Amino acid sequence: MTLSPRTTVAGPAAPAPVRPSRAPSVRAADRRPRGRWLSPAAVNAALALAVLYTLFPLVWLVTAATKDAGGLLAGNALSFEGFDLAGNLSRLASEGDGVYFRWYANSLLYAGVGAALCALISVAAGYAFDKYRFPGKEKLFGLVLLGVLVPTTALALPLYLLASRTGVVNTYWSVLVPVLVNPLGVYLARVFSAGYVPDEALEAARIDGAGELRVFWSIGLRMVAPGLVTVFLFQFTAIWNNFFLPLVMLSDQRLFPVSLGLYAWSGNAHGEPSFYPLVVTGSLLAVLPLIIAFVTLQRHWKAGLAAGSVK
Amino acid sequence: MNAKARAVTVLLTPFFALFTVVMVVPVGYAVWLSLFTEQQSGLGFGGTHTVFSGLGNYAAALGDHAFRDGFLVLLGYCALYLPLLLAGALTLALLLDSALARARRFFQLALFLPHAVPGIIAALIWVYLYTPKLSPVVAAMESGGLGFDFLSPSGALPSVVNIALWEWLGYNMVIFYAALQAVDRSVIEAATVDGAGAWRIATGVKIPLIRSSLVMVALFTVIGSLQLFTEPLILNQGAGSAVTSSWTPNMYAYTAAFARNDYGLAAASSVLLALAAALLSFAVTRLSGRLVRTGRPSRTGRSSLAGRSSRPGRRLPNASRPPLAHPKGRP
Repeated sequence: MTLSPRTTVAGPAAPAPVRPSRAPSVRAADRRPRGRWLSPAAVNAALALAVLYTLFPLVWLVTAATKDAGGLLAGNALSFEGFDLAGNLSRLASEGDGVYFRWYANSLLYAGVGAALCALISVAAGYAFDKYRFPGKEKLFGLVLLGVLVPTTALALPLYLLASRTGVVNTYWSVLVPVLVNPLGVYLARVFSAGYVPDEALEAARIDGAGELRVFWSIGLRMVAPGLVTVFLFQFTAIWNNFFLPLVMLSDQRLFPVSLGLYAWSGNAHGEPSFYPLVVTGSLLAVLPLIIAFVTLQRHWKAGLAAGSVK
Repeated sequence: MNAKARAVTVLLTPFFALFTVVMVVPVGYAVWLSLFTEQQSGLGFGGTHTVFSGLGNYAAALGDHAFRDGFLVLLGYCALYLPLLLAGALTLALLLDSALARARRFFQLALFLPHAVPGIIAALIWVYLYTPKLSPVVAAMESGGLGFDFLSPSGALPSVVNIALWEWLGYNMVIFYAALQAVDRSVIEAATVDGAGAWRIATGVKIPLIRSSLVMVALFTVIGSLQLFTEPLILNQGAGSAVTSSWTPNMYAYTAAFARNDYGLAAASSVLLALAAALLSFAVTRLSGRLVRTGRPSRTGRSSLAGRSSRPGRRLPNASRPPLAHPKGRP
């Protein structure tokens, strides 16, 4: 499947005219009085109920992070009784010589650097697929799309063995390099490039005597910036949430991202309940950056999902 | 156009170099590894050496009860999870798309937020919410006379399904909602003029028009399900948990590699898992392509899954329009 060259990204493409006959005809016999249950109140109540389900665990996480182990195990975690958030934070900072914040910094490094590079690499490739003609283009793009379907966890084991062979296992590189590749990012970048970067702008720059790469760097990249942010956001999330690859690659605690560190701590908590508040408070802090990112960048993740679902 | 050829090379090389190193080579290496096995030499004193075993590892994996049971678990998981997820996300999207919904932006964000929670943390939160002493939910259920042991062998599957549902419900709802937004409003108006009620419009007009999105979400949900690992692993951490260390095929491969150091077996089971994913993708795209080609209206009036390739007969394998697939499953 090739993308049509003029795909709009933000907002649906102009729908093809649909002949009235296309619309399923509803005979008069099918007319029924509209059910009473479809009132605005009922619709919004149903949505609110779903929101209750999605937000409840997060509310619990916030209140539970203010409890010590005794308060947690008393099971009244949903109240603010026995408020001890400060105590939890200071214990979090001191446990294992402040290893938690080291994990946090690692996660920021992996996700920040990894997502920035990945977005740039993906956008460069997507732009090339959109703006240039070259032999074997669609075959290559098909290979990229095949990459989307490879179950990535199935790659983790051979990656680990390759890393052991080359001696990069248990280093920053072993976790950073694999996350620079996101075939889906290239697919999205191609859609965004088609939607945001008009060929005329590139032609104008060429006439002004700019070289091809200069045109990409100063015109294409600037115009496709919203798409760049979208790819960055999704990749940042993917790396921040990444668990299987670090689990396989890393044995040195000091290199752990926060996800893997919390996993190690939660293993301790079963025998040592004092770890419960550490895991809960640590989880809360680990979730915050992503929640903030998704709340502030709503336009971008919606565009990303829409580009994947609507053309 | 030498300059353009140079530019294309410069722009594509970083991606394809990395793509080769972290995807193509590992896939090839996994296949290669799966053909060899370690053998004890002599009486077991001489260490081990690697010998070619052909499809021996595949036979060993497929012959292992634990591995086959893993697929049964996945089957049960998909049978429970897929309908719940699709029905839930679709219903919510239709409600949000109806003229009656208020505060659409808030609802979208609030439903989507669990997706921002790392899978491992989602699993930790829910396991705590399942644990009798820790959980206000279990306490409330017990006081209401509803005893359900989330951590028992029979409770494990619903427990894992619930975690996955919590993480993905809003994400997929946003995808469906975006697709619904693109439905040509004149079609809906026509149906309304014909006297169709809201229910009839949803089932007779809107759902058929976003079928391709439904198929994509189903496909990626199933591929994601094949990789099920993190949530059961956390359930497995609890002492006396119902979940064994080879509960899913992915856990089986992990255990084979890192607990038993049997890389050949681990590689073979990984390859089998990837093959299952490939077969499923192929089957789903072929099936949906046929569905779309039977002339049922698709959203833009043309097949969007089996898309219109610029050169007939040169159709790309599939996934013409992947929604953002399982980022959490990405190692």
